[in-house]
Amino acid sequence: MPRLTAEVSSVGEAGPDAVAPHILIVGGGGTGGALAHDLALRGLRVTLVERGEVTSGTTGRHHGLLHSGARYATTDRAAAIECIAENKILRRICPGSFEENDGLFAAITDEDVEFGNQFLESCWQCAVPTRRIDREQALRMEPGLNPNLRFAIQVPDATMDAMRVPLRFFATARRNGADIRPFTEVVAVTMAGRTVTGVKVDDHAAGRDYEIGADIVVNAAGPWAGKVAALAGVSVPVVPSPGVLVALRGRYCNMVLNRLHPPGDGDLILPQRGGTVLGTSSWVVDDPDDLTTPTEHVEAIMREGAAMVPAIARAQIRATWAAARPLVGEAGTAAGASAGRGLAREFRCFDHAMDAAPTEGFVTIAGGKATTLRAMAEAAADVVCAKLGRVRPCRTAEVVLLPHTAWYSA
Amino acid sequence: MNPRLVRGKPSAESARVSATARIPPVEPDQSAAHTKPVKPVDQSESAPPDESVASAAPIVQAGPATEATLLEPPAVHFRVSRFKKGDRKGHFDDFNLTVEPATTVLDALLQIRRRHDPSLVFRHSCMHASCGTCGVRVNGREVLGCDTKIANLPVEKPIKVEPLANQRPVADLATDMVDFYARFDAVGMPLTRAAEVGDDSAPPESIKMFECFENCIECGLCLSACPIARMNRSYIGPAALAAAARVVEEPRGRELGPVLALAAEPNSVWGCHDALECTSVCPSAVDPAMAILGMRRHIAVDRVKRLFGADPSSVRR
Repeated sequence: MPRLTAEVSSVGEAGPDAVAPHILIVGGGGTGGALAHDLALRGLRVTLVERGEVTSGTTGRHHGLLHSGARYATTDRAAAIECIAENKILRRICPGSFEENDGLFAAITDEDVEFGNQFLESCWQCAVPTRRIDREQALRMEPGLNPNLRFAIQVPDATMDAMRVPLRFFATARRNGADIRPFTEVVAVTMAGRTVTGVKVDDHAAGRDYEIGADIVVNAAGPWAGKVAALAGVSVPVVPSPGVLVALRGRYCNMVLNRLHPPGDGDLILPQRGGTVLGTSSWVVDDPDDLTTPTEHVEAIMREGAAMVPAIARAQIRATWAAARPLVGEAGTAAGASAGRGLAREFRCFDHAMDAAPTEGFVTIAGGKATTLRAMAEAAADVVCAKLGRVRPCRTAEVVLLPHTAWYSA
Repeated sequence: MNPRLVRGKPSAESARVSATARIPPVEPDQSAAHTKPVKPVDQSESAPPDESVASAAPIVQAGPATEATLLEPPAVHFRVSRFKKGDRKGHFDDFNLTVEPATTVLDALLQIRRRHDPSLVFRHSCMHASCGTCGVRVNGREVLGCDTKIANLPVEKPIKVEPLANQRPVADLATDMVDFYARFDAVGMPLTRAAEVGDDSAPPESIKMFECFENCIECGLCLSACPIARMNRSYIGPAALAAAARVVEEPRGRELGPVLALAAEPNSVWGCHDALECTSVCPSAVDPAMAILGMRRHIAVDRVKRLFGADPSSVRR
C-alpha cells in the first residue's frame, strides 16, 4: 500500500538543514525533476536550472508509453527488467497519471509469428507478464487491428502523460524545499583548478546573469549533456539521436499497439486522450536543437502504422515532431568512469572525479528512458551521496507524489 | 471487457489511492490558495506592448536575400511581444524567418531562440497539442503554437505573437498558470483522478460530458479569450466551470451542494454572456460554453427542488 502523500509534506516542513550540502542540477527534464525530488527527500539543498520551461526538451516530446519492458526483452534484458520494475513503481507513486490500458504486440506476418516464441521466452525470463490472445479475442479487444492478424500478446504497457508525470516530481521536490528555476540557462561552469564550484547562468525571464555556487553539480541535460559537460572541459559519450513522432486526430485504438517483431521504425501506436501517437524513427545529430521531421520518416511511420491498423491510412495528421534521445555511446571517452551500484546498460552515471583526467564536484547522469526516470535519479543520487559521505536511503519508490496541479500552486 | 494484466486495485482500495491523488496535503499556504479569491491580474504589469513604439529593435534578417528566393521558401515576418521581469513596459521585436509548409508557430519560436535570440522566453513541451503549455495569441487569436501552421496564416502583414491575456506575465510569451489552476481549486475539480480506464465499468451512456471534459488539456486559451474574464478578474472562467459541470454530470459520490452553490454565485455561470469565445478557441473540443449553459439548468433544477421538494419535471402545473 502506498504511503500517504501527506508524508511528503512532513519532510517539506522540516526542509533540508541550512548546512546541508548544496547540489545544483542542470536540466529540467524528467531525470532532473526526479533527481531533485530524490535529493530533497535525502535532506540535501537542491537548486535545478533549466534553459526553457521544465519538460521542454526531450521529456515532454516523449510518445507517452509507460514501457512494460516487453519491447526490450529480446534485445536488452537489463533494460526490460528495469522497465517492468519501474512500471510498477510509477503506477504506485503517480496514481491517476496513467491510462491503465495495457498493450498488445500484434503478429501479422509469418516472421512476426516466428518471432513470437522468442519474444514470449524473453519476456518470461525478464519477468514481464504476458498473455497470448488469439485472433478473434484480439480483434474483439481492438476491432481496428489488421484483420490478417494471427495472434497478439498482451503486456502491461500503459499510456502516461509525458509532461504531467514529471511535473509531479517537480511539484513534490519544490514542496520539499528544492528550488526549481525554469528559463535559466547555464552559460558557464565555474571552477577552482579541476574542481567544479558552481555555474553561471543567464536568467532569461529577468534578463540578467548571475552565479550559483554548489558542492556538486549534476549534469542531467539529456541529449544536451555533452554540451554542458564541455563547459567544464569534460567529455561524456552522449549521442543525441532524434526520432520522429506523428500525432493523429482521433483515437484509433484503446490499448498500446506494438508490432510483434524486433524493435524497429514505426512499430508503436499509442492512444493518448482523444488522439493517437505513432512512433518512431532514429538517426544521429551533433546538435540536439537541430531537429527536423523528414517527410520520408513521417510517410514510413504512417505506412507501418497502417499495417497494424488499416484505418490509419486515411487518418488526419495533427502534428509531426522530433525528439532527441540521449543515447550513451559504448566506446566512451570516459572509459572506466561508470559509477554507481547496479547501473543498467541503458543509462549511466559518471563521477568525473574518476575520469582519466579527474574533475571533482561534477557528475553526469545520461541515457535512459522516460519509464526509468526515477531509477536514473536514484542511481545519480546514490553517487552524489557517496561522494558526500552521507548514507541516506532512497525513498522515491515509496513516496506518493503530489498531483501535477501542485506545480501550479502559488 | 478487456482483461487487465496490471490493473488498478479493486474498487475500495483504488478509491483510497485516488483520494490521496485528489487531495493534496493541506498546508497553511495551500489552504490559503484554496479559499482566497482569484487574485486579479496586475494590469500595469501586463500592460500590452505599445505597437507604436515597436520596431525599435532591428529587423533580424534571417531568411535568404529577396532576390535569391526563387527556389527558397519565402521569408515570413514575425512580430514578437517582449517583456522582462522588472520592465516598465513591453515592446515588440521583429524577426524574418524562412519557413516550410509544415512549420508551426512553435517551430518558428524555437528557430528564433536557436538562431537569433536565446533569451526569448516561451512555454512548450509536447509539440502535439496534448500538454497545453504553448498557448499564445497569434494575430490576436488564442492558439496552441504547436497546432498552428504558418502556411495557414495571412502573410501580407507581420505575424504578431503575444502572450495569453487574463493571466499574469512571466516574461516575453510565457504566462503564469497559477491563477488558472486556482480557479479549478475553487470549484473543487481535481484534474488528477485515478485512471479513467482501469476497471470494467463503462461510464453511463447518457453522459456526453464524459468524453468532453476529460479532453481538457489545461491550456488556458479559453480564459484568455473570454471577454468576461477580461472585464471581471474574479470571474471563475470557462475551463473551471466546464470542470464543475463535469463533476455535476457524473458526481462519483461527491456532494454536489457546494459545487452548485459556487456555480450559482454572480462570478460564476450567470456571469457568462454567451460570447462562446471559449468554445471557439478550445483546441480539444471541450465546449465550455455548452457546459456553462448546462450548469444553469442544473442550478435551476436544484433551486426548484429545494423550493418544492420535488423534481420540476414531476411538478404539476
